[in-house]
Parts: sequence; C-alpha cells; structure tokens
Amino acid sequence: MEWLNAVVQGVLLGGLYALFAAGLSLIFGVMRLVNIAHGDLIVLAAYLGLSTSMALGLHPLLSLVLVVPVMAAIGYALQRGVLNRTLGEDVLPPLLVTFGLSVILQNALLEIYTADPQKLSAEVMETASFSVGGLTLGVLPVLTFVVAVAAIGALQWIFYHTPLGRAFRAVSDNQDIAQLMGLNKAHVFGLAMALALAVTAVAGIFLGIRTSFDPSIGGGRLIFGFEAVIIGGLGSLWGTLAGGVILGVAQTVGAKIDPGWQILSGHIVFLLILAVRPNGLLPKVSG
Amino acid sequence: MPEPILQIDKLDAFHGDFQALYGLDLTIAEGEVLAIIGANGAGKTTLLRSIAGLMRNEADQIRYRGRPIGALRADQVAGLGIALVPEGRQLFPSLSVEENLQIGGRVGRAGPWSLETVFGLFPILRERRHQASTSLSGGQQQMVAIGRALMANPDLILFDEISLGLAPIIIKDIYDALPGIVGGGVTAVIVEQDITKALSVSSRVYCLQEGRVSLESASDNVSREEISRAYFGIS
Repeated sequence: MEWLNAVVQGVLLGGLYALFAAGLSLIFGVMRLVNIAHGDLIVLAAYLGLSTSMALGLHPLLSLVLVVPVMAAIGYALQRGVLNRTLGEDVLPPLLVTFGLSVILQNALLEIYTADPQKLSAEVMETASFSVGGLTLGVLPVLTFVVAVAAIGALQWIFYHTPLGRAFRAVSDNQDIAQLMGLNKAHVFGLAMALALAVTAVAGIFLGIRTSFDPSIGGGRLIFGFEAVIIGGLGSLWGTLAGGVILGVAQTVGAKIDPGWQILSGHIVFLLILAVRPNGLLPKVSG
Repeated sequence: MPEPILQIDKLDAFHGDFQALYGLDLTIAEGEVLAIIGANGAGKTTLLRSIAGLMRNEADQIRYRGRPIGALRADQVAGLGIALVPEGRQLFPSLSVEENLQIGGRVGRAGPWSLETVFGLFPILRERRHQASTSLSGGQQQMVAIGRALMANPDLILFDEISLGLAPIIIKDIYDALPGIVGGGVTAVIVEQDITKALSVSSRVYCLQEGRVSLESASDNVSREEISRAYFGIS
C-alpha cells in the first residue's frame, strides 16, 4: 500500500511537472526555440501571484485572473521585441539570449523581492485531504493534476481544432509558405509565446502554493520541465503530460527507497528513457 | 495593351553573394496568362519569390496596380491578392487536405473560391479531405497546392513548375483545370519547363537567361529558333 501511495503521489506530482513543461513543449513545437529562461518565468509568475494576492488580499488561485493575462502580455512583448530577432538558421542566438534573460530575471527578482523564501498561502486548501480506497490524497495535488490535464487538453484542442492552432502548425511546418498564406510569423510566434506563458502563469501559482520559492529556483524547474518534454517526445503535448507523470513517479518511488534519492532517481529514469528511446515516448517532430 | 496589373522595373535579386536577377524588366497585363520559360538557374523561381514577397527588394522595383510592393513581407503581399503555387507543392504536412485549403483562405478576400468550388474543380479532393496531405499522390498534392492558392481569391496567381515530377496524364488533368481558374478574369503567371505546354496555354511569353530577359513575345507567333536562341544563348 505504501508503494501504491508513492506511485499515486508521483502521478499527482507529475501534473505540476507537466505544467512546468507544457509551455516549453509548445514553444519548441511551434518555433524550435529552446527557452532557457522558462524556469525563471515560472518563478516570475509565482512572484506576480504573491504581489497580487498581497496587494489585493486575494486567494492565490484567484490571482490567476490577473497573473495569466499579464504573463501572456509579457510573452507576446518578449517574443516580438526580443526573441523573434534571435530566430534563424543558427540555433545558438536564442539559447544565448534566453540564458541572458534568465540571469536578468533572477537578479531583478532578487533586487525586488530579496533572497528570502516566500510562499503563496492557500490556507486550508494546502492541508486538506480526502481518502480514496485506503489512500489519502491531498486536495492541492489532485487539483494541480486536474488543472494540468485540463491545460494540456485545452492546448491540444487549440492546436488541432482552431484556426489559431492551424496557423501554429503551418508556421511550424514551413515558415515561408505560411507567410504566403497571409500569416505574419512574427505575430504567430508572439501568440504562441503568449499562450505558453499563460500556462506558465498557472504553473508558477501552483508551484508557489505547493512549496516555498526564492529567485534562484528557476533552473531546477527548467530541468524538470525539459526532462518531462524529452521523455514525452518533442512537440507532443500528451507526451509531455506522460513525461511529467513518469518523472514524478520516479521521484516519489525513489524517495520511498531512500529519501536522498528523490531527485537523483528522476534524473536516472530520464537518462534511461533517453538511452532506450532517444526520441521520447510519443515524438511529434524530429530534431 | 490593357492596364498592367504588375510592373517590374530593373529588379536585381541576390542569394547571398550570388546575383540571380540583373535589372529585370517585366510587365503583366490585367487578365492575361503569361508564361515564363528558361533553363534551370535562369532566375524564374527567384522572380516569383520576389513578386510574392519571400525575397525582399526595393519598394519601387515591383509595382502592383501602381502601388510599390517590392519591400512588403509575403503575408502583406498575400493580403493584396497575389498568390503563389510554390515549386514542389510544399503542402503543410501537419495539416489535413481540408486544413491546407482552409489556411489558404485565411487572408479573407471575397471572391468565387471556397472549399465547395475548389472541390468542384478537383472532385477527388472532396473524398480525400480528411486525409493527411502527405498521403496523397503527387498529382493530388498539386491539386491541393493550387486549391490552397485559389482559396485566397487572388487577382494574380503565380504557378511555379506545376508539372514538375508528375506523369504526363496527370499534367494534362492539371492543365485541363486551368481555363476554370483563369476564366474568371484572374491574371496568371506560369513558370514551366515544358515549352510546348507553356506556349499553348499563354498569350505572351518571356524567356529568362542567366537573370535577364532574353525574349519577350506573343505566344502564338514565336518560332522554335527564337526560343532556342533565347533559351540557350546560342544562335
């Protein structure tokens, strides 16, 4: 039963990792951009949630009403103002620029919020739980997982059933020919980044409710996000959810064996999957 | 000669350090079917890509209905009513047949072409509408590429080597559809390797050679000798 419990808790934790990873997956799928600043953007969203809920006295989940559109706007502006200029044949400029952005974000957050750990207080929700068949499930992890599935499902629907998603796929397939269809790729990329950071906003708020955070933790979230994306297969959204779940289960089962092995076992499972299936479980795009 | 829909004035175009077009002048009249022929590397595709905005030029070098468009982006040019059927079809592999057509229509210009009329022109596409575009035969893919361009309801449509790599019987099918396309007053430019085909469907012909116009003539009174001289640069 304890092992079953570890697996179930791992699945729920995987929901959070899938939320970390969904934005990365979407951005890579549409424009082959690897965003090194993604983890810091998650942390930025958590801080925005902190400021909003403190200033307005809102429950952190309610602050999403503000944080999601603000992050989306930041995403659009960032893409059109900076990142679009880095995209081209060479893969190095976007890596370097987003790495620089990561440094800037971390230091700006440090300057504004100091290095003290912060936490979003969701009051009773943080500790509330219920029992199912002998397992005790926390309300917050279950809610996180449900939201992650809903977010991935919504992205999937946008991708495959709306004109916007058609534009994303067309630009991803062939930028020149997509321009011939009247699609301004700079704008389409801006919309993709806006959507990615909207999901990142949700990830940041759930991260902030679940654990304490400080300006330096972005890198770790980026690694978990990357691992989930790679395990799932590049560009596949459901694959990303599966990747998050596998990573979460690996960590909780590892921690069950020995508490010190939690993070390590996640990385080991990631490396094993990479060795056996270099393209991930459900690859959509090659290279 | 009727009012020109497109006027190209001393167009130079470059691929990096390589100059592909040298001071090229060309005029397309409203409603005509213009053929452009020439050997590989003569600059035909470069010319079409320049018109469509995939290669940026100086604004005044290309005028569309009097308006300078040489410096516009491809999406802006598309919005003005110029559509390109690119060489090698270049469908979107992630999109179904129907989605490829739908995305062609997203510029939102009014006109006769819709999913229904494209399916009327190429009935086989109606049966295949939900299939992946990559699962079609070459000829069917070419029909989708043409339909995708038509969905924009263009006033000027540019065909780049639409017979390339297709069986003769399929080429005949594709060209049989041409009157249904240009009959409605659409202006067309056809770049074609098959000179006989090009001359039979067009009213005027330009021949390019090494980035320059080597011949301009009415299609029905040009001799084989003139063409081979313009094509190969030998007399």
